[in-house]
Amino acid sequence: MTVSRPGWFGVLLVAALTVALLFLTLPIVAIFVDTGPLDLVASLGEEGALEALRLSLLCSAAALAVIVLVGTPAAYLLATRRFHGRAAIVTLVELPLVLPPAVAGIGLLAALGPNGVLGGLIEDAGIQLVLTTAGVILALTFVAAPFYLRQAQAGFEAVETTWLDASRTLGAGEARTFLRVAIPAAGPGLIAGFALAWGRALGEFGATLMFAGSFRGITQTVPLAIYERFSTDFTGALALSAVLVAISGALLLSVKLLSGSAWLGGAAR
Amino acid sequence: MRAWILPGLAVLALAGCGADDERATSGGDKPQLTVSAAASLKTAFTRYGEQFPGASARFSFAGSDELAAQIRQGVEPDVYAAANTKLPDELFAAGLVEQPTVFAGNRLVLAVPAEDAEVGSLEDLQAEGVNLAIGSDDVPVGAYTRTVLEKLPPQQSRAILANVRSEEPEVAGITGKLTQGAVDAGFLYISDVRATDGALKAIELAEGLQPSVAYGVAVVKGAMQPEAARAFIAGLLDGAGATALQDAGFEPPPGE
Repeated sequence: MTVSRPGWFGVLLVAALTVALLFLTLPIVAIFVDTGPLDLVASLGEEGALEALRLSLLCSAAALAVIVLVGTPAAYLLATRRFHGRAAIVTLVELPLVLPPAVAGIGLLAALGPNGVLGGLIEDAGIQLVLTTAGVILALTFVAAPFYLRQAQAGFEAVETTWLDASRTLGAGEARTFLRVAIPAAGPGLIAGFALAWGRALGEFGATLMFAGSFRGITQTVPLAIYERFSTDFTGALALSAVLVAISGALLLSVKLLSGSAWLGGAAR
Repeated sequence: MRAWILPGLAVLALAGCGADDERATSGGDKPQLTVSAAASLKTAFTRYGEQFPGASARFSFAGSDELAAQIRQGVEPDVYAAANTKLPDELFAAGLVEQPTVFAGNRLVLAVPAEDAEVGSLEDLQAEGVNLAIGSDDVPVGAYTRTVLEKLPPQQSRAILANVRSEEPEVAGITGKLTQGAVDAGFLYISDVRATDGALKAIELAEGLQPSVAYGVAVVKGAMQPEAARAFIAGLLDGAGATALQDAGFEPPPGE
């Protein structure tokens, strides 16, 4: 930033950042330019909007609960143990990160749909997944989990092994060390993963539509409601989009602040 | 720098329409004809496009309502073909397309899996535990479905609607839910059932219930290839397009 006489490379860097910034923010700015605060409030009053919002929050929260409960110990294992095939497992677990949502949807159908590999078992157990709220939670969990796992693993890997050793030496068991030492120390990484996964879950569209369908109050989350409105009520679709941007933005910001203070705390220790 | 952004945006916009980004690889000397068409036209139009001499046709298939909304937002394909006449007429009234033409008809049917179907008639749809997928009320197939249901006794219509598990944005969603066994039945066009190659079978609706399904097509104002667009539409009325439509199970335009 304090280059006295910027060379052509410096200019190129600044130009690249400017283009990236414009390109990435323009659609978001446009959503808010086209939607006044009044439109925003009015659109929430419309039939189905609050229902979609409630469903999105409920399903993403449920998905995140599952992801954290299962993902935290799984990531801890991947981060702290070295075993044969570990790299392969890490890659497999991260694979859904790069899957197109439509592929995720069709994969879920092929695995857990009525005609899927495990479809018979699920049906025999009397569980209905496709076209149900449970199906939405499942789809969100599938697409969002890798975001948390990845960050959590990195978070645990950054924890000083000497702390864990010290904890064990002092007589704390494996479980106690995990809960009392590893999790607080990996806090910022876990929180960052939590936010990314939640944001991804809130925005999920393709897998939800293919696996869980779209029905108001049951499976129609905010992104599906936006898509439905797009054809008849563009303003309404914009307003709902603005709400989703606001929620996701607030999520990202609060996590930045939270993890920032946690890092400061870590440095002061 | 700006010269770089615009193609980038265009590619993204096309990807968003669900169109294949084949601009760079296909073509040659032939002009590119962009056609936004109702999802139910997929089989017939794809076949017609392969034979169409005037241009290399590129299709964007989606719900007619979504495609109309794109045109209202300034997207300019050369041809817009919808599964009703209402949407093209509305776009014409708004000055966004030229005078629409009715080019085909279709029949709404109750579609069920070809094997082990739990539903054998319209009456079976009210039974408890039956799962149904229909079009959302904005997409033509969903609007026609509601027209049919409104002709039934209110109690029966309510019972059927209570069994709806998904309101899909286009016919492809209904077909997919059916072939995957996610639902027991759905309302589709006869041509959609035909396109599944025997995976689904059609249960015809009684004569009095059948809605008049008419497909409208129009040249979009500001089309890059208006001449090819007109030739494409002419072929739908009489020529390779009409044959492809007939082969796919479409009917002649319903008489007024």
